[in-house]
Amino acid sequence: MEHAIIAEGLRKRYGDTAALDGFDLRVPPGTVCGLLGPNGAGKTTAVRILATLLRFDAGRAEVAGFDVARQADRVRYRIGLVGQRPALDEALSGRENLVILGRLFHLGRSQARARAGELLERFGLADAGGAPVRTYSGGMRRRLDLAAGMIRTPSVLFLDEPTTALDPRGRNEVWESVRDLVRAGTTVLLTTQYLDEADQLADRICVLDAGRVIAEGTPDALKSRLGGDRIDLVVRDARDLATAAERLRRVATAEPVVDPDRRAVSAQVDDRAGALTAVLRALDADGVTVADVALRRPTLDEVFLRLTGRPTERVDATVEVPA
Amino acid sequence: MSAATVASPPGRPSLAGDSLTLTYRALAHWRRDPGPLAGALAFNILIVLMFAYLFGGALQVPGGGSYREFLMPGMFAMTMLFGISQTTMAVSADAERGVTDRLRSMPVSRLAPLLGRALADMLFAVVTLAVMLLAGLAVGWRAHGGPGDTLAALGLILLLRLALTWVGIYLGLVTKGAGAVTAVQTLEFPLGFLSSAFVAPSTMPAWLGAVAEWNPLSATVGATRELFGNPGWGGEGWVAAHHPLLAVLWPLALVAVFVPLSLRRYRALGG
Repeated sequence: MEHAIIAEGLRKRYGDTAALDGFDLRVPPGTVCGLLGPNGAGKTTAVRILATLLRFDAGRAEVAGFDVARQADRVRYRIGLVGQRPALDEALSGRENLVILGRLFHLGRSQARARAGELLERFGLADAGGAPVRTYSGGMRRRLDLAAGMIRTPSVLFLDEPTTALDPRGRNEVWESVRDLVRAGTTVLLTTQYLDEADQLADRICVLDAGRVIAEGTPDALKSRLGGDRIDLVVRDARDLATAAERLRRVATAEPVVDPDRRAVSAQVDDRAGALTAVLRALDADGVTVADVALRRPTLDEVFLRLTGRPTERVDATVEVPA
Repeated sequence: MSAATVASPPGRPSLAGDSLTLTYRALAHWRRDPGPLAGALAFNILIVLMFAYLFGGALQVPGGGSYREFLMPGMFAMTMLFGISQTTMAVSADAERGVTDRLRSMPVSRLAPLLGRALADMLFAVVTLAVMLLAGLAVGWRAHGGPGDTLAALGLILLLRLALTWVGIYLGLVTKGAGAVTAVQTLEFPLGFLSSAFVAPSTMPAWLGAVAEWNPLSATVGATRELFGNPGWGGEGWVAAHHPLLAVLWPLALVAVFVPLSLRRYRALGG
């Protein structure tokens, strides 16, 4: 199997809105693909289609070697789905949740019980396994939910915004678990609005906008292809900001961005070291005191802004297409 | 057991097996969290006491007879009707928390979550009915028919609940959260009170009486009053003469409509 997930020209409409408009994706086995994009870009729709939850209007999709539309049951034995909110029985214990799901995956009674024990152990929930889920912390719930998506050791695991509403500690716990799964050979399709999450977990990132993949690559490749390196300067005196911007413009490959509140100016450059040396020398000659300087790769936020022409914050406000 | 053995031979979706697992899930829920069920039972007993002692004195049974004897068959049917809430809430909560999505992403037979729910709720209906029979006996109600008649009456009551369970499942699939509560209450109150459960349709304005007479609940109530040998409302028309027939046909018709509707709706969750 060359690809664990294949999507070709997927289209899905809700009334007048195209949730997916020619969505293409290929994910090699054993890798993490991050689907990145604002609300309403079609991330959740794509995941729901690939997880056999949603019918689509046109195109073709294969998951774990089986056709999503025609061999849905075979796909279902090979996938795990972890949605935006933990899909758990609050009243039942962690163990009961997993045993019932194991039975629904048609494991035998003792097999389901053994698997539940194994997963609780693996996700660090062995001690809490007998307690009702409603007593769990947010991070514990997510881990149990991940375990629930892993009952049959899925070839492909879908994670739809797995760390939404988690504190940093909870996010780290979930990230660690995901890395473990991938080490064990599972392919992961991850949707996220958090750029650092994609940066942390994904081998490749697909940036989605208006139901279509508009850019694709490793996080590093995406950043350098679309941004190049950047120089950030902070001046001590706000009156020097214009001078700093002018000096930076001479070495930059794009118009510098000025942030008066932070007394900062930032621009994209090609020749990292040369540009930095030149701009600092010029500012020194001008008598401008530089309070801080940094040479860095662009953030995915900046990449996204460049790709879509909109910052992530602003498009977050758009309404999610019902899935 | 290694992870590999788990991954190897996929089983096959089995309607009976999957349904029973999901019934077990509902029962495990109740065992862990019996509060709402105990509350529902207490509410039912409270209503019996309220009607038997509070309103009972003010209500006349057409043709004489004990109001409590008249009341209890109505109460039995009424508790079956109020059981809908539990069904609708459970179905709607599963959809809302993503449990329905997870089940739909698993190799689980499509009808199983619905059948599992129906089976669990029917088990609770049997418990409810047993408690109601005891409450009835405690306030002076008796079944005067033979054992066969009594069993037939209990069967009709549970048949009504089965039909209403599927109405409840459908409502749970088409509504969400607070909407589910509203939908159920909008259905329960007119259906419950616009019937012969508490008062005789002959005492209502003619058109309202006709609606109450044709109410599926009235058919079950009328038929069970006859089978228990309790005083009825003594109507004269075709409906009054065919209570047992209607008490079978109405629920079957509801099942015939709402099982396919629910299944269609469940499949259509995939847009």
